[in-house]
Amino acid sequence: MRAKLLRQPWVYSFGAALAVWLATIAYTHGQGAGAILTAALSFATFTIIVGLGQMMVITTGPGNVDLSIPATITLSGAVAMKVMDEDTGRMAIGIVAALGAATLVGIFNYGLIRILRIPPIIATLSSSFLVLSAAISYGRGIRIKPPEPLAQFAEAQVLGIPIMAIAVLALSVAMAVVLSRTVYGRSVLAVGQNSRAAWLAGLNVGRTRFLTYVLSAFLAGVCGILLSGFSRGAALNMGEEFLLASIATVVIGGTSVAGGRANVPGIWGAALFMYLLVTMLNTFGASAGIRLILTGLMIIGVIVAAGGEEQR
Amino acid sequence: MNRRFLRQALPFLTLAVVLAATFYVQPRTMSYFGLNLMLQYAVPIALATIAQMFVITVNDLDLSIGPFVGLVSCIGATLLFDNPALGVLALLAMIAAYGAVGALIHIRNLPSIVVTLGLSFVWLGIAVLILPSPGGKSPEWLKAIMNVHVPYAPFPIIAAIVIGVVVHLALMLSSYGVIARGAGGNPKALSRAGWSMLKTKVIMYMLAGFFGVLAGLALLGLTTSGDAHVADRYTLYSIAGVILGGGEFIGGRVSPLGAVVGALTLALAGSFLIFLKISPDWQIGAQGAILIIVLALRALVSYGEQKR
Amino acid sequence: MASEAIRLDGVEKSFGAVRALAGVDLTVAAGECLGLVGHNGAGKSTLMHVLSGNLTPSAGTLAIAGKPYDRQWTAAAAQAEGVRCVFQELSLCPNLTVAENVRIVHRPLKGLGWKGRARALIRQKLDEIFPNHGISPDDEIADLAIGQRQMAEIARAFTVTDGKLRLVILDEPTSSLDAVSAQQLLAYVKRETARGAAVILISHLLGEILSTADRIVVMKDGKTVADRKASGFTRNSLVAAMGSEAREHKRGAARMAGAEVMVSAQPRSGGTAALEARKGEIVGLTGLAGHGQTRMLLQIYEHRQASMKGALAFIAGDRQSDGVFNLWSIGRNITTRSLAALRKGGLIDLAAEARLAGEWKQRMAIRTPDVNNNILTLSGGNQQKALFARALASDAAIILMDDPMRGVDIGTKQEVYAMIRAEAEKGRTFVWYTTEIEELTHCDRAYVFRDGAIAASLGVDELTEEKMLQASFAEHTA
Repeated sequence: MRAKLLRQPWVYSFGAALAVWLATIAYTHGQGAGAILTAALSFATFTIIVGLGQMMVITTGPGNVDLSIPATITLSGAVAMKVMDEDTGRMAIGIVAALGAATLVGIFNYGLIRILRIPPIIATLSSSFLVLSAAISYGRGIRIKPPEPLAQFAEAQVLGIPIMAIAVLALSVAMAVVLSRTVYGRSVLAVGQNSRAAWLAGLNVGRTRFLTYVLSAFLAGVCGILLSGFSRGAALNMGEEFLLASIATVVIGGTSVAGGRANVPGIWGAALFMYLLVTMLNTFGASAGIRLILTGLMIIGVIVAAGGEEQR
Repeated sequence: MNRRFLRQALPFLTLAVVLAATFYVQPRTMSYFGLNLMLQYAVPIALATIAQMFVITVNDLDLSIGPFVGLVSCIGATLLFDNPALGVLALLAMIAAYGAVGALIHIRNLPSIVVTLGLSFVWLGIAVLILPSPGGKSPEWLKAIMNVHVPYAPFPIIAAIVIGVVVHLALMLSSYGVIARGAGGNPKALSRAGWSMLKTKVIMYMLAGFFGVLAGLALLGLTTSGDAHVADRYTLYSIAGVILGGGEFIGGRVSPLGAVVGALTLALAGSFLIFLKISPDWQIGAQGAILIIVLALRALVSYGEQKR
Repeated sequence: MASEAIRLDGVEKSFGAVRALAGVDLTVAAGECLGLVGHNGAGKSTLMHVLSGNLTPSAGTLAIAGKPYDRQWTAAAAQAEGVRCVFQELSLCPNLTVAENVRIVHRPLKGLGWKGRARALIRQKLDEIFPNHGISPDDEIADLAIGQRQMAEIARAFTVTDGKLRLVILDEPTSSLDAVSAQQLLAYVKRETARGAAVILISHLLGEILSTADRIVVMKDGKTVADRKASGFTRNSLVAAMGSEAREHKRGAARMAGAEVMVSAQPRSGGTAALEARKGEIVGLTGLAGHGQTRMLLQIYEHRQASMKGALAFIAGDRQSDGVFNLWSIGRNITTRSLAALRKGGLIDLAAEARLAGEWKQRMAIRTPDVNNNILTLSGGNQQKALFARALASDAAIILMDDPMRGVDIGTKQEVYAMIRAEAEKGRTFVWYTTEIEELTHCDRAYVFRDGAIAASLGVDELTEEKMLQASFAEHTA
């Protein structure tokens, strides 16, 4: 039983998160232990939302990664804020517009990959340039506040647990079910292991990839809306940190970079770990340089400890 | 056969088109001085692209090359300026560190994307520790090299050709280059023939580190002061340069000459967009568009090749 | 007897609980062609990996030319001692040229002019073994047809720079070669052994072994169970030594004439003749390897210039690249093709999935204690059975088979043949590309392919090797 648990890759990410949290509260002699966790849950949810999308993309096989997530977050935030225009009555249309824009990015990404046969890294990178320019041009200079209900939803808590975290937990469970119990989910895993074999086994490879890139962009859109609610407005650099964060959480969480193996719980552990790590270093009063170095070494350390892929 | 030739020629054609368009928009650039100015940053970009290419040859990807180049510029502007011996030692240590990372990635069979992602934080952190804000001074000899005046052709073009040809000889024509590319094409076949994959990977990573150091020093010679963030974009440039130059992410298919040409194209595209007076909002978008157009052309050529 | 080339004594190798080699003694004399046969999982591949230095045995000793080799026996050591191996899955780098691939196995090929020497070396050897090979030393491997790749790799194994060629191991060397090239290779093996090099020939084509080998060793369960001169074996005694009896297949009479046409397709790669397969029929695709048979199957699979009544399923021959999902259990590998049918309220019914997997494990007699084990715990033959189960468990009315018996042992084959026959009698249609002429006896009809077109259609009474070869080579056929 114990051996089986230790073989689960997500155990490492939760272990690391726990260790970092304990180190922090040991330093503060237990002060703010709960508050740190609450904050971690709040901030981690954004990473988890995009992490789930990135996980699906990475699982569809080597070379698949979505680098347009930050730009999509920014675009979605800008569109949502501008369409809502601080008017609660326009919230629904704002959400639809933002998610619509994000979905279009996903369709465009897949179009580049499929029709122009551009490697996904370069395709999503190039499209992110275009998307970012669109976001800059569209939402330039204006700082619009989110409608109050949106801001409240993003900040609400029940017993110290953010409502958003609960919603994202539900989303994560749904994603786990999708992966193991739907034809789409199985197709993602099969395509990731061997796309030719998946095609010959009667699975629809093209549709699977298409849905995956659209899903990733859609989730980035969701993240953009919630993030602008949480931070009371969209900003042109609001997506920046999520490029590294989305990839790092997926991989630290035990999803295989070679494709075909996804891990939903690991994303939670990894996202909490990454946030708590920064909190710990801030608590210790480390300088910016030290903080960066330790963050980097920890990421490397976790991936080394969790071990690499099995030889295939 | 024709199609394959066309695909290999595509990077060169792209460069020619971007160059012609630049000349058309701004005829004054069609001069020794104009080219020198437009292309001066092509040298560090080309060196960084070559560094990335070595890593891509063995099917890995280096997401840390940008911050690494920034770190080198910081070391160059401080340690190398104040104490050349110590500075050289520090730079050699960094190349060794690259080799060690390659060994780690190979031995533990780790995803290079994640390891180098972590590494990018480490490089940036060290650089920020050395130079919390931009400063320091470039050694005189670096400035002198980067501003050397060559008759007839501007220095950046000569330098790019030399870099491309030297690496082409080493990787595409030498007998050891075959082993390095083979390691990307079919690692199992290499180890079955008794070659050490570990050694190959370490060598390729150290070469990447070496060219990263050259890129950082070249950049320092141009900017004349160090800055931890000066090369953050280089990670993306270097990957885009390799791909524009006809390289592929897996399978050991790379082209040093193409990579250098890809880097030149990227450097030129920046100037071109400024000349076009595109709204600053869309500058970055236009770069994305150029990348997409070139890759679309390549897809078109390859598609025809497959159909035939 | 001639001098010893290489000798193994008491070699053992275990992978976890599985004992792949249980104390093997093997001597190969210089100038000898040794045939090695055995079922999948008998230990042949493991033994070859030990001989070529790619696996370190758990116990046992190795001697070169009569002298014990006391250092670590590695791949590099094997190269240096002139031991070469052509593995079943090819060991060429697809991104390099033929000449560059020669450099990889020859350390002395360096310095100025190495490429010229490499070119000359491989060109001369290719000309010697396979006249009319049509391969240039500067061709990139990725641009060569699969058969040409195999030729290049075989020729590379026989090239010599420094030192001597002591032993060449050929593991299923003719699997992708057409009949002519295969004959050229076997003739060359005889010439090469006459010059003093030793060759170990592993093949599932017993005819090849019987006609080429001087001596035959039979392996079973990680041990050698028979070791005699080739002349002391017959086909039947060889099969008996491997531990499975050769069963004669009785083909039902051709009775499909009036049945519904399930597939009709016309090769896009050439010709005007079209293919037809009726309900309950087993239609063979034959001819020399690589003449458009696989392309025909893929064309049908993609519905291009082909019409069909009913769903399709595809059984790949190249398990690793076209078939198996490495990370998944045997059960999941079996149910992949049936996922849509296993849905209940939008979600896959896990209990029904487990039932389906269990049922087909039984019906195909897949040898595993638990279908939840990883697919790679199975031997190659059993993995192939899982792929058959994947197709047969599905709702497909038409099954396309792309030379699925490649490298499968005789026992497994017999079981699968019976299964195909039973399924055909239930009304399923099979379109079966096969490189083994014997398998045509299980077909009701066959199409012979040449240069991408259908060169001939053979009825049930014409399914003989002679007719097949005639149609494959003749210039003009109806």
